[in-house]
Amino acid sequence: MSEGEGARFITKQTLDTSHKAILYLEDLNVSFDGFKAINNLTLYIDTGELRCIIGPNGAGKTTMMDIITGKTKPDSGQAWFGQTLDLLKMTEPEIANAGIGRKFQKPTVFESHTVAENLELAMHGNKSVWYSLRAKLNGEQKYLIDETLRTIGLSDHYHRPAGALSHGQKQWLEIGMLLVQKPHLLLVDEPVAGMTHQEMDKTAELLVSLAGERSVVVVEHDMEFVRSIADKVTVLHQGSVLAEGSMDEVQNDPRVIEVYLGE
Amino acid sequence: MLLTLLRNDRGGQIMLGVLALVIIAVPILNLVVPQGNPLHVPTYLVTLMGKYLTYALLAVTVDLVWGYLGILSLGHGAFFALGGYAMGMYLMRQIGDRGVYGNPELPDFMVFLNWKELPWFWAGFDMFWFALLMVIVVPAILAFVFGWLAFRSRVTGVYLSIMTQALTYALLLAFFRNEMGFGGNNGLTDFKDMLGFSLQADGTRIALFVASGIALALGYLICRYIINSKLGRVIVAIRDAESRTRFVGYKVENYKVWVFTVSAILAGIAGALYVPQVGIINPGEFSPLNSIEIVIWVAIGGRATLYGAVLGAILVNYSKTLFTGLMPESWLFMLGALFVLVTLYLPKGLAGLVNQLKTHTVSKKVTA
Amino acid sequence: MMKRLMILVVLSWLCFQSVQAEDVLIEVLPLLQTNTVQTKQQAIETLAKSTDANRAQYLQVLMNGELYLHSNGTLAIVKDSQVLDPKTNQVLTLPSSEFKKITTTNNLRSQIRKALEQLNLTDANPTVRLQAATNLLNTITPDIAASWQQLLTTETNPTVKNALQLGIDLAALNAPEKSARLQAIQLLSGNLAPEVRKRLQVLTTDSDAEIAQASQRSLKTINDKIELYSYGETLFFGVSLGSILVLAAIGLAITFGVMGVINMAHGELIMLGAYTTYFIQQLMPSFIDYSLILAIPAAFIVSGLMGVLIERTVIRHLYGRPLETLLATFGISLILQQLVRTVVSPQNVPVSNPSWMSGSLEINSVLSLTYNRLYIIVFCLIVFAVLFMVLKKTNLGLQVRAVSQNRAMARAMGVRSARVDALTFGLGSGIAGVAGVALSQITNVGPNLGQSYIIDSFMVVVFGGVGNLWGTLVAGLSLGVVNKVLEPWAGAVLAKILVLVFIILFIQKRPRGLFPQKGRAAGD
Repeated sequence: MSEGEGARFITKQTLDTSHKAILYLEDLNVSFDGFKAINNLTLYIDTGELRCIIGPNGAGKTTMMDIITGKTKPDSGQAWFGQTLDLLKMTEPEIANAGIGRKFQKPTVFESHTVAENLELAMHGNKSVWYSLRAKLNGEQKYLIDETLRTIGLSDHYHRPAGALSHGQKQWLEIGMLLVQKPHLLLVDEPVAGMTHQEMDKTAELLVSLAGERSVVVVEHDMEFVRSIADKVTVLHQGSVLAEGSMDEVQNDPRVIEVYLGE
Repeated sequence: MLLTLLRNDRGGQIMLGVLALVIIAVPILNLVVPQGNPLHVPTYLVTLMGKYLTYALLAVTVDLVWGYLGILSLGHGAFFALGGYAMGMYLMRQIGDRGVYGNPELPDFMVFLNWKELPWFWAGFDMFWFALLMVIVVPAILAFVFGWLAFRSRVTGVYLSIMTQALTYALLLAFFRNEMGFGGNNGLTDFKDMLGFSLQADGTRIALFVASGIALALGYLICRYIINSKLGRVIVAIRDAESRTRFVGYKVENYKVWVFTVSAILAGIAGALYVPQVGIINPGEFSPLNSIEIVIWVAIGGRATLYGAVLGAILVNYSKTLFTGLMPESWLFMLGALFVLVTLYLPKGLAGLVNQLKTHTVSKKVTA
Repeated sequence: MMKRLMILVVLSWLCFQSVQAEDVLIEVLPLLQTNTVQTKQQAIETLAKSTDANRAQYLQVLMNGELYLHSNGTLAIVKDSQVLDPKTNQVLTLPSSEFKKITTTNNLRSQIRKALEQLNLTDANPTVRLQAATNLLNTITPDIAASWQQLLTTETNPTVKNALQLGIDLAALNAPEKSARLQAIQLLSGNLAPEVRKRLQVLTTDSDAEIAQASQRSLKTINDKIELYSYGETLFFGVSLGSILVLAAIGLAITFGVMGVINMAHGELIMLGAYTTYFIQQLMPSFIDYSLILAIPAAFIVSGLMGVLIERTVIRHLYGRPLETLLATFGISLILQQLVRTVVSPQNVPVSNPSWMSGSLEINSVLSLTYNRLYIIVFCLIVFAVLFMVLKKTNLGLQVRAVSQNRAMARAMGVRSARVDALTFGLGSGIAGVAGVALSQITNVGPNLGQSYIIDSFMVVVFGGVGNLWGTLVAGLSLGVVNKVLEPWAGAVLAKILVLVFIILFIQKRPRGLFPQKGRAAGD
């Protein structure tokens, strides 16, 4: 299947990043039972950027991702994907098909499907019911699956049920699912939790290589990992942006120090 | 085609093989082998088996939505009954002026209620093709509308189960009312013939039996085709991780509605084949107990296997026939105990048990 | 008290005096001897107006046809072929065969009856007075009204006073002066007594346009009021039906709402409670009035223990697998039903109502509230309040809420979650049993009792919002009212179907019910 065919089905309006930014979050507010999880959050992500988002627990990182991917609707504010796509008016699958991919904090793969089937399910393309009923993998897609499996180091597990994989392997599989989805914007929630140093390096390499072509947003606790990949870091605190800049700038910001030490 | 479809489905191969054998053998043993011969299969038995086959098809439809899509429908009996009513209405119109009141247009119960003309929704049911169309359309519309509403607003799990139960319960109450125009309490019965063939004739009975068998086989293959397709993999993904499936870009509600509707259509067809064989359709078919019984057939056979549903339906119903005859008191005890024991000790059903035994005795000789 | 006694003494002395002073029989004898309808009418009137202490007795025997006349002018009561002197009740020596009965016609008898009622109006017992006034309302005439006007000055009981005033106003409807009639119509506006409606209805077609219009106005005021009360009645029926739903559902609100366990055998636990009531009544047939008081704790224990048994043997193994729990408990419900059929009987069993449950509380002539419904409402509120307190204030309640919110954390804090589960389930089941006691009073007790309530109960809990007791209360009551409001124009069955369809649609709009639990935890 060609790229164009899938894209035509996916969105009537195409992604327009002519003004450099790919994601616009403006004045977002969300509260749960009086608790303000997101508080006047404003954040822009540029095309091709690799952005790291750090912040203490409860800073609103996951809620922010929930808003971007359509899981949570904010009480007020704006969220746009490029110039034309209003994320607040789209459902989760519409957002996914428009080109936003997400890797969850806890690895969630389809446990009773094989590793290859997981990739098949995640692959970009027409995802309508009738199409699925007759869909067969073509050579190009099979190649993409093989290629991706090689990238994530799971070639030997092609026919293995995903539920039987180790924690780290599931992390990789989920990253693989993101890759075959070919999103314009990747949201990656704690990608290296439970990984060895070697695996971490590999992940860092992969994420850096993806940026440029795509925009990548990484939420991570591991400062060393963040330092190794980030060119721009955003610190979230109590639901809004506390500081933004290079890793060094951020680490020397007195407010950031207070938040982290005060915790 | 058939072989690729059943490539990894050992149970299905065996089940369809046995089914084919039965469909060929039973007519011969009934029509050709003379009465008195120990091999002769009496007609009442043919009809009984025909009934089991329609139940088996019904169970397959429940397995499709429960086993693969994860929706525990406690209202599938409603689709079965609606298909049955559509067929019953055709059979009712076929009675013509041979009813007790001899009215050429109106069925007896309408004459009894002093109705002067046929209600609009009975129009067209004198034509077989129209009735067949309704067998498919009516359950489909109900399933589509209900599913569209329920799945779009993300009613899931137990809530959905209770809603499906409320649905069939509401229909039960509705069909009990005489004003509905479906014969109220007594339902539709006293059928005479179908397409001009007497329903009492051995030949008709055999034909219905064979039709039920073929319907089961086709229904099975349709479900198997769906499950083997990418669509099948998507619905299993929905069953296992619904919100993840959404984030990958699938419109989950569309998939659910589609599969739910297909399942309802097949259930309606099963009902349509059931009614001419048992000779009656009444509101009791809508009772929540009936629907929940189907679930236990599937659970016993082993869900998410399809052939397990067939096995479970036939086994449970055969035992039901056996025990309600021998010890009527004990049947509900047994059915109740089955519910408890299967959920506690046999979560994967008989099919799962067979697979377990296989893995335990790999080296030994296995007969499945 | 003293004052009353004094009046009584004075009254009786007066009576005594009058007996001494006159003997009314002497007065009426010639009239009776003439023996025409007119003279008899006069005789009755004389009797009624006399002050003779025995006048009521004379009227009574005359009406009963027991007053006889001898050709020599002796009056006697002939009863069971005994001849008695009417004044002294002494046996007379004259043979009964020589007496002739004083016959009465229907008209005469109703005249006597009226006269007697009029006499009753001065009875010492206010209930008798009220009854007499009410009985006379239908046929009130201006001269009776005039005498009532007098009675009104001495009457002390407000209810009797109202009845008398009503009679006077009704009589005034026939007054010769138009202004008096108009005034009466005005006064009667808004009065709910059936007689008023009857009379005003006639007057709406009066030849005098002014009278007719005034009556129409008054009648409309009355009908509006009646309509209002009938709304009140519907509301009452609705709330009582709602209370039944709440009672049936509230145990489920605990097991399903708080614990998340789908107990399809909930209906059968209600049924067990109802059967417990039956057995208690069988054990103490002569104390039916107290049987319910005893049945409530008994049913709680029976159903509660059964609940604990079910939890320990089956549900415990199925936590976190709601669909399987649903199936297994459905199996249990089948077993319990069949158990009752086999052990007791497949037929319904008779459960008696205690005497204090029958009768009704009369608010006015168009609205009366039956006691059994009233008690159900009160009982429902009590059960709700008790349960609410148990969950909010007791240690068990605290632990239950802890376990339901976070099992692992609660266990880490030292809560014995297994014990809490069993007790919670027992509590919910016990409440189901208590509901069964209430249901045994208003519905047939049989093996199918539970089945007919299980779907309704689930609807109530789901509609109210799972995990919220208030939601269950509001949902149950409002569904009951909606059902009763729909019933008059849709019929009982259709009303029920409409309510079901409504809930099905409602759940699509708000999948978490009326009062959803909030927060991130309630997400997936």
